[in-house]
Amino acid sequence: MNNSESFPQSTLVLGATSAIAMAVMRRMAPQRTRFFLVARSHAKLEAVRQDLLTRGAASVEILVADLDDTAFHPTILDKATRALGNIQLALIAHGVLGDQQQAQDDYSAAEAILRTNFLSAVSLITILANSFEAQRAGTLAVISSVAGDRGRKSNYVYGASKGALNIFLDGVRNRIDRSGVQVLTIRPGFVATPMTAHLPQGRLFATPDVVANGIVRAIQKRSDNVYVPGFWAFIMFVIRSIPEAIFKKMNL
Amino acid sequence: MKLHTSANNHAPPQFQSWGGYPRLNADLVALNWAGDFPLRHSPENSMLPVGMGRSYGDSCLLDGGTLLGARGLDRLIHFNPETGLLRCEAGVSLAEILDFAVPRGWFLPVTPGTKFVTVGGAIANDIHGKNHHVAGTFGCHVPRFELVRSDATRMVCSPSENPEWFHATIGGLGLTGLIPWAEVQLRPIVSRKMDYRATKFRDLKEFLDLSQASSGVEYTVAWIDCVSSGRNFTRGIFMQGHHASQPESLTPSPEPRLSVPVMMPAALLNHYTVAAFNSLYYHRQLTREKTASLDFEPFFYPLDSILHWNRIYGRDGLLQFQCVLPTMEDTRGITRILRAITDSGLASFLAVIKVFGNLPSPGMMSFPRPGITLALDFPVRREVTFALLDKLAATTLDYGGSMYPAKDARMTAAQFQAFYPQWQQFSNYIDPAFNSAFWQRVTNHE
Repeated sequence: MNNSESFPQSTLVLGATSAIAMAVMRRMAPQRTRFFLVARSHAKLEAVRQDLLTRGAASVEILVADLDDTAFHPTILDKATRALGNIQLALIAHGVLGDQQQAQDDYSAAEAILRTNFLSAVSLITILANSFEAQRAGTLAVISSVAGDRGRKSNYVYGASKGALNIFLDGVRNRIDRSGVQVLTIRPGFVATPMTAHLPQGRLFATPDVVANGIVRAIQKRSDNVYVPGFWAFIMFVIRSIPEAIFKKMNL
Repeated sequence: MKLHTSANNHAPPQFQSWGGYPRLNADLVALNWAGDFPLRHSPENSMLPVGMGRSYGDSCLLDGGTLLGARGLDRLIHFNPETGLLRCEAGVSLAEILDFAVPRGWFLPVTPGTKFVTVGGAIANDIHGKNHHVAGTFGCHVPRFELVRSDATRMVCSPSENPEWFHATIGGLGLTGLIPWAEVQLRPIVSRKMDYRATKFRDLKEFLDLSQASSGVEYTVAWIDCVSSGRNFTRGIFMQGHHASQPESLTPSPEPRLSVPVMMPAALLNHYTVAAFNSLYYHRQLTREKTASLDFEPFFYPLDSILHWNRIYGRDGLLQFQCVLPTMEDTRGITRILRAITDSGLASFLAVIKVFGNLPSPGMMSFPRPGITLALDFPVRREVTFALLDKLAATTLDYGGSMYPAKDARMTAAQFQAFYPQWQQFSNYIDPAFNSAFWQRVTNHE
């Protein structure tokens, strides 16, 4: 990060133990960033907290919460605001991949995916967007997925949760654009977890580090949408361009 | 957001060592958090922690069983900027430590020829570097670590706490349990630069004279020509260096740019190309002596700038050989080994020779000991290469030397047990659920 002046110094991260969120935060920590981290596991949050403090973060507060519990969301924002003052960046990084087979067999499994990836995000975005609109500043960065660009039989429930999220974010951006708030929709492609990084994988796989670089750049450039890595913008353009008559017969 | 790591592969992914030989199948379970271990396992299913797989042979492999991929344990825990003591999870790589430490004015206490190894792997193999003669092994700079056994027993190990486990785990080939975190004592630097001097030598005797004359220099190593015979036999270039004392900006290292993108046909690497390379390398330096100010990256990690360099050996892979011979006065043993390599015509251009110092390693099973160490690669040409390696191992044994498990795929059980007579005592410390392909091979299990 070259531009430490303009980079957010107070950051709220929801789903702070996700690999991509951790990689983003590591890039920010040396800029003396102040963090407020939310995730389900205290032990994992503690490990992330120590990592960020060692790397130069000015302060790191942690809060254990299950983000499916939307009733608790206002409390999260209260606590984060008390810790950080004005929140300059909120990164929403929690989500589940779910199991497509289970989700297509059983509505309750599909509902669980939609609740975590879409409904809980809607609740958080609503609160944060209103708060940012009132303070007339802030960056709301949300990790979605390329899977939200078109439904495919292999993961359309997950894809639908992300596609709905994308449309919701489009709307919020359109609503609060004039107040100077950045609403960033992040669409990562395939991301290798740290563990599989050394395995032979398809060329389409990116590391969380590469993805995090793209996210940090998009935040600095105040982008609206970003595909990470960038070549996914092209792949998804092609995927979206295929006529449905052909697409529906494809094995994707 | 992870979509899927195995969208279209049903077979378990194969974890390969850096040499690509042998190829064995085992399940790979990722450990991303310290709390992920111990995990449930069936008693007949062995486990082995692995880091970045830079061991050349089979010490980081299992035939069946479960590899515990520890690379995800990559968080820093604490750093004291006054003393340079770093505590981190054991999957942190030496490259990541450098990225963190160099801008703060600190450097690794000991580093091998690649920075793409984990702290856990550095401890498990008690790795050494160009400063062995003054700094000892990596384990000499690890004051403390935690060891977790498959039965969930946890021990903090140091020379004063659980000392027997401390000594067994350093150089313990990952067999004594999982190391979730360790402390590493870094050393201060004021510049990225190295003051470097390269001196040509014509034979082994000149190499030994140079080694003796530079015993106070922090880093020394030599490239030796293992291809040329006749009057060029054992010529080489002796390299020495130390961290520059002139303060300069401590910027982070750039990302590596070059990569060998695909497997090269093994035939590209033959006696003629290798001989040509060795000749060029020797004569590139025109004067007998050359001095330079060099960044630490090319000084320590010349090959790290080319990702996947092992692919130049083709699909059959490569085998490493590294021995240490105890005598400095009597060079008959090392001469016989070098002669056998030269005569075979199999040597590659990556031959390195160094004099180890006499600082004792804390590890019960550590490889480095006083003497001359020689390391080089061979392409795997099956029986031809195997026959040479068997001969080299036998000569090493004849002359009272030893071989490095992290670079071996060939030594016999009898040879290993002669090199490491303490192996039975060590085996008392092995986690009953742990094993490795190497350990199975050299202890004649099953």
